[in-house]
Amino acid sequence: MKTLLKHREIWLLAAIAALVALISVRFPGFARPGNLATVFNDTSILMILALGQMVVILTRSIDLSMASNLAFTGMVVAMINAAFPAFPIPLLMLVAIGVGLLLGALNGLLVWKLGIPSIVVSLGTLTIYRGATFLISGGAWVNADQMSPAFVGLQRLQLLGVPVLSWIAIVVIVLFFILLTRTSVGRSFYAIGVNPTASVYAGIDVGRTKFLAFCISGAVAGLCGYLWISRYVIASVEVANGYELNIIAACVIGGISIAGGIGSVAGAVLGALFLGIISTALPVINVSPFWQMAISGSAILLAVVLNARGERKQGRIILRKAEAA
Amino acid sequence: MSATDTTPTPRRIPDRLDKPLRSAIFSWEALLVAVAVAIFIVNSFASPYFLDVWSLSDLTFNFTEKGLIALAMALLIISGEIDLSVAAIIALASTLMGMAAQVGVDTPGLVLIGIGVGLACGAFNGLLVTGLGLPSIVVTIGTMSLFRGIAFIILGDQAYKGYPASFAFFGQGYVWWVVSFELALFGFAAVVYWFVLHRTSFGRRIFAIGNNPVAAQFSGVRVGRIKFILFCLTGLMSGIAAVLITSRLGSTRPSIAQGYELEVITMVVLGGVSILGGAGSILGVVLAALIMGLVTFGLGLLNVPGIVMSIFIGLLLIMVIALPILWDRFGRRRLA
Repeated sequence: MKTLLKHREIWLLAAIAALVALISVRFPGFARPGNLATVFNDTSILMILALGQMVVILTRSIDLSMASNLAFTGMVVAMINAAFPAFPIPLLMLVAIGVGLLLGALNGLLVWKLGIPSIVVSLGTLTIYRGATFLISGGAWVNADQMSPAFVGLQRLQLLGVPVLSWIAIVVIVLFFILLTRTSVGRSFYAIGVNPTASVYAGIDVGRTKFLAFCISGAVAGLCGYLWISRYVIASVEVANGYELNIIAACVIGGISIAGGIGSVAGAVLGALFLGIISTALPVINVSPFWQMAISGSAILLAVVLNARGERKQGRIILRKAEAA
Repeated sequence: MSATDTTPTPRRIPDRLDKPLRSAIFSWEALLVAVAVAIFIVNSFASPYFLDVWSLSDLTFNFTEKGLIALAMALLIISGEIDLSVAAIIALASTLMGMAAQVGVDTPGLVLIGIGVGLACGAFNGLLVTGLGLPSIVVTIGTMSLFRGIAFIILGDQAYKGYPASFAFFGQGYVWWVVSFELALFGFAAVVYWFVLHRTSFGRRIFAIGNNPVAAQFSGVRVGRIKFILFCLTGLMSGIAAVLITSRLGSTRPSIAQGYELEVITMVVLGGVSILGGAGSILGVVLAALIMGLVTFGLGLLNVPGIVMSIFIGLLLIMVIALPILWDRFGRRRLA
């Protein structure tokens, strides 16, 4: 029991339960299982993105370009769908993952082969990818009437009473869990985050591992590109503008240390859920949605303060690269 | 021979090493100057409207506000920290100025409020980072949401208008001929920041902290206090920028200056400041600000949409950093 309480995920779960209870006082229907399932479904995309970002953050890097990658990939698949409505959707999802992977790999290559800090690389590609979205679309939108019913409908299909979108999120969560806890690559993500220099001596190629992390975050962003567009049924240059910081916020609330090496799948999922609950609950309990930003800002600060107590380590500097390259 | 000749004259230890001309030519700043000149020449060929004194004067509005913040941000990044909340500080300061203007506060009061709010926000960031020992990148992602969130709570989807007429001077006025107040202020601030960073012991300490905070601490540098001051400075400059932008636009929405934080950081990194801390120069940052202004304005004259310009900025950021690395690697391989 004592060891259980040491896990920050338990505390986060308790905080979420308290939040749900608090909302239920104002709006009793909120805690109904059906409604909670809806909240889960609404948060699916953020959860998937947060998992991808987490892998990158574990390796002491950061990917600011995820939202732009999402917008670009979303535009690509929307345009393919508008031009060839018969193109099978599962294949289109593979295209989305592939395109996202390529963009992520580009980030990863710049970090790996040139040794440019990830924050600089992804800051650059953040603007490049979004600009490229404008270039391929010419600034035009792909509207709902241009998308095929299958494109829009797939994620809304019910499977055992749960929408496909939620199933995709569940599958991704399981895959990440296996990747991070049951594979050697997953171990090496943690290893280079905790101590890059020691990892080198342990035979881990730090640069290559970071490259892999960026490929994963890119592929995930690509998948979410399709999911986002088919969910909100519009593809434009402005899609998910500024969302990269929401993704990082979900990770931070989930207890993933920006200094690398600390974080779990449960944390990322719960962090995303926390933000999702706030954004769904505010209108329900008659609080102006304009409060949302300030509340999530306060939640981030609170999470950072609480997390810092658990990971006090002296002389550790973020952003500094210490590995023997 | 007199006795005085035998006493050795004390060896003078130079304050800084003389740089050979060769290293000056291949320095980062020289590269930036070359890029700036190239863009300038391309621009003047590309558009007949570019080479006009008033065009060039308008051009400066593209970078002065962000450049002012970039000066302080450069110091902060050199010390190994970062502030992502600068644009949110602008939003909050502008909103509170708008509120004050509604109840009839006059121009000097508005300016004081803008700068004061900026300073307070910066101090809040600084307290969280240095007082509680939290990583600045996460703290300022949090305060970014918090500050802009407060602006949204106050304003919602409304906008403040109706600033006093005399308030317009800061963003729209000219000091002398084509030199706008904003440009003059930027020039003045650049000189002050250059002096502080490169000619005072305070500046030397900032570099020391960025290179090795632990060693700096043991050398008697008050690391926490200096970082706190730098956060306050960044907040202060954001407050000043808020006054300028609000005055230039004449209205306030909570979404004002959205995305500026990444542009400011791009400017600083493009200026040769190491994102890892410990290296950089004010001259580089000023040149980078100029380059970003030139690119934005030049492409604007050619009717290139803003979003495409951002591709150029992004490419510029990565290429300017990647090229010296490739150059270095290529050169080394040839020697080996």
